[in-house]
Amino acid sequence: MNSILFKLLVQRIGLALLSLLAVSVVVFAITSVLPGDAAQEQLGQEATPEVLATLRAQLGLNVPAHQRYLHWIAGLAHGDLGVSSTARLPVSELIASRLTNSLLLAAVTALFSVPIALTLGIAAAVWRGSWFDRWESAAAVTVVSVPEFLVATLAVLVFAVHLRWLPALSYLSDVESLGQMLRAFAMPVVTLTCVIVAQMMRMTRAAVIDQLEAPYIEMVRLKGASPMRTVLAHALPNAVGPIANAVALSLSYLLGGVIIVETIFNYPGVAKLMVEGVAQRDIPLVQACTMLFCAGYLILVTLADLCGIIANPRLRHV
Amino acid sequence: MTNSTHAARPDWPTLRRWRQRLVHFGLTGWLGLSIVFFWVVAAIFGPSLLSHSGDAYGGAVFAPISAAHWLGTDYLGRDMLSRVIEGARYTVGVAFVATLLASGSGTLLALLAAATGRWTDSVLSRVLDTLTAIPSKMFALLMVASFGSSVPMLIFAAAIIYLPGAYRIARSLAININALDYVTVARTRGEGTAYVMLHEILPNITGPMLADFGLRFVYVVLLLASLSFLGLGVQPPEADWGSLVRENIEVLADVGAAVIAPSIAIASLTIAVNLVIDNLPGRAARERGGR
Repeated sequence: MNSILFKLLVQRIGLALLSLLAVSVVVFAITSVLPGDAAQEQLGQEATPEVLATLRAQLGLNVPAHQRYLHWIAGLAHGDLGVSSTARLPVSELIASRLTNSLLLAAVTALFSVPIALTLGIAAAVWRGSWFDRWESAAAVTVVSVPEFLVATLAVLVFAVHLRWLPALSYLSDVESLGQMLRAFAMPVVTLTCVIVAQMMRMTRAAVIDQLEAPYIEMVRLKGASPMRTVLAHALPNAVGPIANAVALSLSYLLGGVIIVETIFNYPGVAKLMVEGVAQRDIPLVQACTMLFCAGYLILVTLADLCGIIANPRLRHV
Repeated sequence: MTNSTHAARPDWPTLRRWRQRLVHFGLTGWLGLSIVFFWVVAAIFGPSLLSHSGDAYGGAVFAPISAAHWLGTDYLGRDMLSRVIEGARYTVGVAFVATLLASGSGTLLALLAAATGRWTDSVLSRVLDTLTAIPSKMFALLMVASFGSSVPMLIFAAAIIYLPGAYRIARSLAININALDYVTVARTRGEGTAYVMLHEILPNITGPMLADFGLRFVYVVLLLASLSFLGLGVQPPEADWGSLVRENIEVLADVGAAVIAPSIAIASLTIAVNLVIDNLPGRAARERGGR
């Protein structure tokens, strides 16, 4: 670890924290400063001015916006996410009850998709331009360019309706055995894996091919090494950084995919909670969920950046 | 030196360039182009050509494909073909307007940033970078939660979400052009910022920005369809293709036409646009693969 590398890493992490702070301003501005008063929203059009004023005072809406923001951000920092306006429960409790489910779903998906995507991506780079590569790329482009809910409905058609291997819906409430848990997980994981693998595979392929165009690979080829050896022994070690970058970036697509997948399969996670919150216009809940997802997104993107920096030998050996 | 040479310049070079582009189109490019053309025509003229109206109730619920109902009927017995054609107005139209707003204002801001220099540039870049730190679907959900989901609102939300991406690409292109000699010459002979932006830089970034427009259009279609699928986009009785899939999802187990037809509509549109972009020469934006 040298000083330049250290400085770069600290800079990136600082930048991520600053971005999160800026995001919190944007989120707060959209949800509370612009028109669309939470009190009016809750009481409807025929509310009397007196009742409206009482509720506004209760919700703290008669305080200037910047003070409300400071109050909110201080609460966030202490883990106090406010009270849900529909469930009348602390938002932190609501989220805590769902967070493990969502993290579990993300972890299992990552566990499956990373090895599959890396194998397919590297194989496509080794046999670049072959029918295998072309079909794989075409399939990946197709998956990436249709909405996640289509992938999900297609997965239901194939695995639940046609093959009858898996149940279409997941209910985690009655999970007793490991087998039941696997069945509840199966469809959401299969769908998310398809989406993530398509992304990650394309980026892995691009990272390896990028290396294959370097002059030293030409030298390796001139020495007479086989294509397999050229890629695995020579190109791959140098492509680790870009690939790690690709993996982290692709995993950030999980955050978008999970919203659709949790809803369509009725999976009790944070994303489904957020969608319900949006439908009921439960602003404190939506604010907290958005901040949570943005934090997750920034962590993954920063991780991708850090992987790229650490894996760069020019920065490591200054 | 006056502007007369510029004003009198005919548009032939651009036309010839476009014709060359079309000649280079492969089979897949033409296929994509014809599918896009089909949906655009359907969106503009479709509803007035149909014999059934999508609002007309009657007939069996979830009827199979027949001579009377080419794509069967939906969960209320409405003709599915009419529903899909009418849905094209929302899916294609709303996404087109939103993308036009996003790409147009993104390009204009980028030109402004490139032509006026450091201060405007860094402020614009910082502000728009902040917006990219919010994943697109989160941003859309946040906007819907705060302002509801009317059609103008959806257009506005999608435009805001995809503006920073268009800005970033246009800016990197414009910065390079801005450093070229002929722009310096234009400045030296005393042209204003607006002239440099619109007459010197813009014509040279139009090609890549059009390819980017197509890509961005696909993302907007996907985002809006997903929102409608969640029930947070276009509201009943109006329906875009995402809502049509949602409404008729219960016949999925029987592989009913009512849920398959709108699904194929979405997939055909987005894949067709991708095919067109892939066949454009100089598809650098495509290869980078990010959103």
